[in-house]
Amino acid sequence: MRDKQIVDRLTSSFAGVDSDGALHGRLAALAERQGLLDVSYRTVDSPLGLLLLAATGEGLVRVAFSLEGHDAVLARLASDISPRILRTPRRLDEAAQELDEYFAGKRRAFSVPVDLQLAHGFRRSVLEHLRRIPYGVTQSYATVARAAGNPSAVRAAASACSHNPLPLVVPCHRVVRSDGTTGEYLGGPQAKRALLAMESAA
Amino acid sequence: MTVSALMTRTRDAVLPPFEEIVAEHGPVVMRVCRALLGPADAADAWSETFLSALEAYPKLRPESSIRAWLVTIAHRKAIDQRRGAARRPQPAGDLPEIPALDSASGGESSIDDDLRAALDALPAKQRGAVIYRYLADLSYAEVGELLESSATAARRSAADGIANLRKHFSKGART
Repeated sequence: MRDKQIVDRLTSSFAGVDSDGALHGRLAALAERQGLLDVSYRTVDSPLGLLLLAATGEGLVRVAFSLEGHDAVLARLASDISPRILRTPRRLDEAAQELDEYFAGKRRAFSVPVDLQLAHGFRRSVLEHLRRIPYGVTQSYATVARAAGNPSAVRAAASACSHNPLPLVVPCHRVVRSDGTTGEYLGGPQAKRALLAMESAA
Repeated sequence: MTVSALMTRTRDAVLPPFEEIVAEHGPVVMRVCRALLGPADAADAWSETFLSALEAYPKLRPESSIRAWLVTIAHRKAIDQRRGAARRPQPAGDLPEIPALDSASGGESSIDDDLRAALDALPAKQRGAVIYRYLADLSYAEVGELLESSATAARRSAADGIANLRKHFSKGART
C-alpha cells in the first residue's frame, strides 16, 4: 500500500459528520448553560425575504433584511457586542413566531424583550419613542424628533430610523416624510410601502 | 505552541463570529478526536474542545492559526479524558436541557478497526505525528510544538509512523 493510500484511508476512516446537527445543538446548549453564549441567531422566512434575528441574554438585539447582507451583519455583531456567536434557533423561537403572526395579520404589537444596546444617545431615544407608535399609525420625522426630545434634530431622527437595529419590531416603517412619501428603509422602499399597506388594510 | 502565547487582548481584534469557526473547523476537530479517542469519547471531546475555545475566543489574536489552536485544545482534552479527569460537574437548576447524543452522533462512517488498532499500536510520538500532520493538516513546526519536539523530529516521526502503517498492511495482505 502506498503512503498516499494510507493517508487517504486515515482521513476517510476518521471522518465524522454532524449531519443532523446534534453535536452543534449540544455545543450551543452547553455554551448557554455555562454563560458563554453572548449572541444567538437564526434566520426566518418572511414575505419580505429571509430575516436574520439575533439576541443577547437581554433580548432581541438585531433584525436584519437580506439586503443588509446577513454575514456582514453577523460580523458587525461580533465586533460591536461579542464574537461569542452561535446559531441557536431555540432562543429565538418566540421572536420568530411573533414575526410570523405579525406578517399573517394576527399580531399588532410585539411582546418579546428587546436589547437596544446597539443604539446610543439621541438614536436610542428615537427608538424608544418608535416603540410607542401604534400599529397602522404613521408619524413624520419632525414629530418623532420632537417626541424624542429634540425638535430641531429632524435629520438625526431620520438617521436613527435608517440605522434602526430592530426593524419591524421597533416600527421605524411607521415614520414617513412630511410630504406623505414613504422615505428610506433598511429593507428597501418597496418593503416599507408593503408594510404600510398591510397595516392600513387591517 | 502554548495556548497562552496565542492569547493577548487586543482592542481592535477583528474576530469572525464563533459560528464560522465551528463550521469551518468542526470536521477537522472531529477527525482528530476520533483518531485520538475512538468513536465513543470523540463527541464529548469535540464539545469540550469547542466550549473551551469559545470561552477563550474573545482574547485570541486574530492572526493566530485557528486550526492549530483548536487542535492544541483537542490534544489536551484527549489527554485529560484518557486520564479520566476533566469531567466538570454540571450545575443543577433551571437550565436549558442538554440534548443527549446517541452513539452515532458525530460519526456516520464506522472507524476501520484494523486501521485504528494499527494506529494505536504505533509509538506515541509517531501516532501523534501521523494524526496531527495528516488528519489535522498542521505544519511540522506546529506538530513539533504539540509533541514537545522539533519540526525535524516531527517530520521523522510522521514518516516513520506512515512507514510502520504501510508495513502493517503489507504484512496483513500476505497472510
